[in-house]
Amino acid sequence: MTAIKAKHQRLILALIALAAILAAGALAAWALRSQASYFYLPADLKANPPEVGRAVRLGGMVKAGSVARAADGVTVQFVVDDGKAEVPVRFKGIVPDLFKEGSGVVAEGRLDAGGQFVADNLLAKHDEKYVPREMKDMTAARAAVRDTQ
Amino acid sequence: MIAEAGLAALWLAAALALLQFGSGVAALRGEGSPLAALVRPVAVVQGALALLAFAALLLVFAQTDLSVKLVALNSHSAKPMMYKIAGAWGNHEGSMLLWVTVMGLAGSFVALVERRLPERTMIATLLGQAFVSLGFYAFLLFASNPFERLNPVPPEGQGLNPLLQDPGLAFHPPTLYLGYVGLSIAFSFAVGALITREVGPAFARAMRPWVLGAWIFLTLGITAGSYWAYYELGWGGWWFWDPVENASLMPWLAATALLHSCSVLAARNALRAWTVMLGVVAFSMSMVGTFLVRSGILTSVHAFAVDPKRGTFILALLAIYIGGALTLFAFRAATVTEGERFAVTSRESALVFNNVMLTGTLGIVLMGTLYPLVTEAFGERVSVGPPYFNPMSAVFVVPMLLVLTVGPLLRWRRDQLARVRLPMLIAAGVALTGLAVAISLAPGKVLPIIGLALAPAVAVASLLPLRGRKLRQVKLPLWGMVIAHFGIAVALLGMAAEGAFTTERLVALRVGESTPVGPWQIRLARIEPVAGPNWTALEATLEASYAGAAPIVTHPQARMFWAPVQNTAESALLTRWNGQLYTVLGDKADGGANGGRWQLRLWWKPLVTLIWIGGALIALGGLLALLGRVASDLRRLVASDKIAFRRQRQGR
Repeated sequence: MTAIKAKHQRLILALIALAAILAAGALAAWALRSQASYFYLPADLKANPPEVGRAVRLGGMVKAGSVARAADGVTVQFVVDDGKAEVPVRFKGIVPDLFKEGSGVVAEGRLDAGGQFVADNLLAKHDEKYVPREMKDMTAARAAVRDTQ
Repeated sequence: MIAEAGLAALWLAAALALLQFGSGVAALRGEGSPLAALVRPVAVVQGALALLAFAALLLVFAQTDLSVKLVALNSHSAKPMMYKIAGAWGNHEGSMLLWVTVMGLAGSFVALVERRLPERTMIATLLGQAFVSLGFYAFLLFASNPFERLNPVPPEGQGLNPLLQDPGLAFHPPTLYLGYVGLSIAFSFAVGALITREVGPAFARAMRPWVLGAWIFLTLGITAGSYWAYYELGWGGWWFWDPVENASLMPWLAATALLHSCSVLAARNALRAWTVMLGVVAFSMSMVGTFLVRSGILTSVHAFAVDPKRGTFILALLAIYIGGALTLFAFRAATVTEGERFAVTSRESALVFNNVMLTGTLGIVLMGTLYPLVTEAFGERVSVGPPYFNPMSAVFVVPMLLVLTVGPLLRWRRDQLARVRLPMLIAAGVALTGLAVAISLAPGKVLPIIGLALAPAVAVASLLPLRGRKLRQVKLPLWGMVIAHFGIAVALLGMAAEGAFTTERLVALRVGESTPVGPWQIRLARIEPVAGPNWTALEATLEASYAGAAPIVTHPQARMFWAPVQNTAESALLTRWNGQLYTVLGDKADGGANGGRWQLRLWWKPLVTLIWIGGALIALGGLLALLGRVASDLRRLVASDKIAFRRQRQGR
């Protein structure tokens, strides 16, 4: 090893570091393309559905009169609506406090083979100050839904 | 009056930062400028004034002075005193004031005690510190004045987000800020060293304690933050890869790499340019984190500001500081002279590997955090979560942990793997045994299995550097390394066990019914209303019995705060030596009908507490190393003073 000159060692180290960082970047870029979870409105989801089982997020209004609880007491079934299309959603868990009919919701989960959206997690408006990012843009959708009802 | 005094102190501090910067520049340009003597005292007074301003803010919050806008917006007279005071930094303006206060204090501390480096380098360092401070003073004074008055004075304040009303909040942000902003010292040292071109072992030895100090606080802050999210959010998870969590993890990864490259530079005078670069990167990551959290780009409980002006301001600061430092680096890096060489099998190589892997992990986390912002600019909204972060960071962390099992045993400069054959065999044996056990216990869960196999191997290997030494004579920095590495193994075991063995139950129970979860049998004994100082709650009484033992009572609550109006689930934890039972009370399951079933979410999480115990051990290791370094520096200082004194007496 002593045969390697100082200049060379420096160069080799710099190249190794560069290669590792480029590898990290390439790996991240590839993984992000396949793993990032995209945001859909019901109309997008109907028009251009993601593959079954792929993690996505669905945002819209909880349709009035659509919330139903299953007999086990912990599964809820409801419909997410953006004024143009409707998607049935099933969620097993404790719903957030501000989850109610006619207000906004973002469901994290996936489509199953039957066209139903299975949510692992629901995000509702937290309080007046903290609103999920996607929900801020949904005021327009909400107005549209209200007009139709 | 107090608010005005605070504001005046803040303006004065900003003016002094300008003076500190100006006299520093003058001192560096003209050799022997009288202004050189000004830099250190000004830095000290600047820090004191910032502290005064912060004290004024604490006071107005303690008194709930509602004529101050910030207090009216974020506090309430009925809040317990602890949360009144903690509320001072539970908002955008207050937290930025805390930021400049810590930065000012860190600068004063350096100005007071740091005497190991040539005075020119010190002046350049304090100049850098003043330059960074100035930007944040400007941000406070022009875009986020914490002392703004309100007219007319409202009759009552709007209160603090209930999620933030928790003892964890009182300590978590200040701890994290000490870490974030403490890294500004490393940044300033790097800038100072680049300006005067003095990068060498002395530079690394001077910088190391400051980096260690900041790193200890970061470690504690992240550990505490993780535990806070775990019990306060009621979701049962301990790390969500939330952008705000990533914002604290990224500086930690960079600082960890910096610590290790510092030790190469200090001991062997190699990795010079790289260490300086990491000094710049570490604080840059703190600033990127602040930008992400404070700009309002992200929405979370941490994102106080939704003012685009502020976001732009912070972005401009970011561009100036990071861009400026990197430009300086680009021009000066080539003139930083070549370090010592080392062989492929050597301690240096292992540490280079550690640095490259940490940097790779940092790249993965950074890209995952920024990706949603980039795609949103193109109109596509995505979120990035555990399916990306977990496997991708493991790609770099797993090889790093493998090398960690041998690295500390290698000699500096050149070594042979044959010399460490026995320890390697031991570590490999432990890892393979762990792998076999893990596969049989948790088949199919890839990452937890890797963790379960690696954790014992790293634990054993971390203790091996003590082999063949008299424990009494082992120096503190070595103890520090051993304990910190052991802490990594402990935390890893906790994470892997939580991932592999957690059992979860989601049920609706009538009062009097029971359900099993893991080895526990849980009975819902009753549901009663209770009241706190600023909330009311429904409280469940659960009787939990572990493997048939006598039941223990635990009380999850559903709380309703009235200022501001918000409901939160207050989880209840039962801790045993081998794990935690985590219970959350949900809604009424049947809307009043059907005899009243209540939703309960229950988890049994084996060994989960090891995650935070490991974090605390890592911080403890850092503390021991810091104590060891400071003690030996003090001894050296005393010795050199004695020599100087003797020389003086002998009239030389």
